[in-house]
Amino acid sequence: MLTQLFKFKGGVKPPTHKTQSTTQPICPAPLPARLIVPLHQNIGGTPRPVVQVGDKVLKGQLIGEADGWISAAIHAPTSGTVIAVETHVQPHPSGLDALCVVIEPDGRDEWMARTPLDYHALTPAQVREHLQQFGVVGLGGAVFPTHGKLTASKTVAMEELIINGAECEPFITCDDLLMRERAEDIVRGIGIFRDLLQPDKVLIGIEDNKPEAAAAMRTAISALNESFTVVQVPTLYPAGGAKQLIRVLTGKEVPASRRSTDLGVQCFNVATAYTAWRAIAHGEAVVSRLVTVTGNVEKPRNFDVLIGTPMDELLRLAQPKADTDGILMGGPMMGFLVPDVQVPVVKATNCLIAHSPALFPPAPPEMPCIRCGACAEVCPHELQPFEMYWFARAKNFGKTQEYHIFDCIECGCCSFVCPSHIPLVQYFRFAKSEIWAREREKNAADSAKDRFEFKQLRDEREKAEKAEKLARAAAAQAAKKAAEASASASETENNTSLAAQENSPGDALANEKEIKKAAIQAAIERARAQRETAQAKNTDHLNADQQQELAAIEARRQVIQPQAASSLDENQA
Amino acid sequence: MEITLAIAIMALGAIVLGAALGFASIKFKVEGDPLIEKIDSILPQTQCGQCGYPGCKPYAEAIAKGEADINKCPPGGSEGVQRLADLLGREVKPLDAEEKPKAIAIIDEATCIGCTLCIQACPVDAIVGAAKQMHTILPTLCTGCELCLPPCPVECIRMEVIPETIDNWKWRYPVVEIKPVPTGKAA
Repeated sequence: MLTQLFKFKGGVKPPTHKTQSTTQPICPAPLPARLIVPLHQNIGGTPRPVVQVGDKVLKGQLIGEADGWISAAIHAPTSGTVIAVETHVQPHPSGLDALCVVIEPDGRDEWMARTPLDYHALTPAQVREHLQQFGVVGLGGAVFPTHGKLTASKTVAMEELIINGAECEPFITCDDLLMRERAEDIVRGIGIFRDLLQPDKVLIGIEDNKPEAAAAMRTAISALNESFTVVQVPTLYPAGGAKQLIRVLTGKEVPASRRSTDLGVQCFNVATAYTAWRAIAHGEAVVSRLVTVTGNVEKPRNFDVLIGTPMDELLRLAQPKADTDGILMGGPMMGFLVPDVQVPVVKATNCLIAHSPALFPPAPPEMPCIRCGACAEVCPHELQPFEMYWFARAKNFGKTQEYHIFDCIECGCCSFVCPSHIPLVQYFRFAKSEIWAREREKNAADSAKDRFEFKQLRDEREKAEKAEKLARAAAAQAAKKAAEASASASETENNTSLAAQENSPGDALANEKEIKKAAIQAAIERARAQRETAQAKNTDHLNADQQQELAAIEARRQVIQPQAASSLDENQA
Repeated sequence: MEITLAIAIMALGAIVLGAALGFASIKFKVEGDPLIEKIDSILPQTQCGQCGYPGCKPYAEAIAKGEADINKCPPGGSEGVQRLADLLGREVKPLDAEEKPKAIAIIDEATCIGCTLCIQACPVDAIVGAAKQMHTILPTLCTGCELCLPPCPVECIRMEVIPETIDNWKWRYPVVEIKPVPTGKAA
């Protein structure tokens, strides 16, 4: 097979320590006394618990419902009783608590009804939904929900599907053993990914220190008549980083803050392909995974472990030596000491290393940076760790971002080679989490400001509306008053004009009469307008008593006026 | 003759450049004071009024005019004072109040009588509810300004410090631990 391989810059070759745990086949771990299943085991939304204390659950039964699209469901790892839904210490460097479902196994390990599916009969959307409901996440360590990566880009044609079996971190052998023993199911799982993404070719990258795994995969591929290519890549840490493996296999360099799908490449871990096949073709949710238990133990081995198994119980199976003083989750390069040995195994747990001072001597004291540049030479992302360290240490976070701190994958190569033993990655993690926190605060402040300004605007608008309403009410009242007054006035005017008409000489021409009438009408109008303006001044803003008084006067006037007129007529007569 | 030509050329140059400057001063006129915006973006936007000004923007304006000190904002903390000092080139001063951990208000919904007074007091619209209906505070929107506490007639609002969770946990600044040398067997 002639596949041209490429190189990524940098990288280190730490002692691999892999052979200890590959001598024995995979061993199913016995049921622990109780299982602590954290609900948040994936990147994205925290699943909501759907069981209550006292509920009987079967193996594979849903206990946590996916929250949102980028989230994956959580299932009961065995049959038993839910004895608590409570917070529990997490396998996380913070040592903080999070919500877990605690299950007491009944010992029968009874599966719920499983319905195998033929994914060829399903639409891609249905397959993705099934993967989400069966809790399939990236088992390489990032635990990103797999269904979220299975939508082919509409603009860029999918060229390569990369399956990551590199497993570059020292001590870890779970993917190696999985490929050796369960290669066929992995290949079938890759088939699902291939059918969903329709890539031009499928490349399986395996480091050349795992010839047995590569051979097993090749046998499985030919047995299943697939056209996948197994490529053995040079053993160089961190060849198993997604961007590094893509670079080695395809020569494509994924730019900063872009996704590999923009270049027509997608990458999955071998264990993810395996669980995807188990979920679709066997109806088995992700309730267990392979965990390498190694380090300071008598019998290092790979175990098939139920999610939620307390780590100390698992470690006991490998018989830790007397001087073991802690558990390292993950490898020695990127892993961390768990805060409590009773924390549960989660989907991200690929390896437990029994820690002892002899195996991992305490780091010598940090010395000043001599700017030798050794860290920049090994950085697989071609960053300048010494500059980022300088600014992270000074808490000048803007500058760290100018040096692209967010492209750092925290592989630990720089810390590994630093002659001054500076924990560079710790500084970068510190700077990153500070930047994130500030970003969150900034966003919260901005949205608070927007809401405050909107509230102010609203208050002002309401005030203006109120004032306008008041003014309108006052105007309406004034107009009403004026109308009343004018109505009474025009009545009296009409009376006088009628009298005037009667008094006018009868022999006058109709024309003249018309003109006169018009003139009189105009005069009336003028008078009314005058009165209106005059009245508007002193009848504005009257209170109820005054209005009543006015009305009474008005009524008397109505009575008196005709009387006065008639008495005048009588006198004349 | 030559001298008049020189004067004419200089005058022409002055007219052209003057026109360009005049045009630029109208075309590229800066609306408002950009310094106020910069100060405002550092302030935490809680709108709590603890600085003695009715909101963050008025305080920013007062700082820009030189009327107010930069250490009057308790929610911004000493870090906020530091950043204001960096921006304005002023001396860093200790905060003029005690620094409190970030908290949010929580309504005891059983005690709430639905008077809407807290809704009117909230400057950032973080409280929802209606007259004679239970009110509640949206925890993601609450800035912890405490302005809703005094108007509540039944004292059903309390402040709770935001707990540290895995989602908001931050990596610590690396420090070299100084440990005593173990003597004999480790305890």
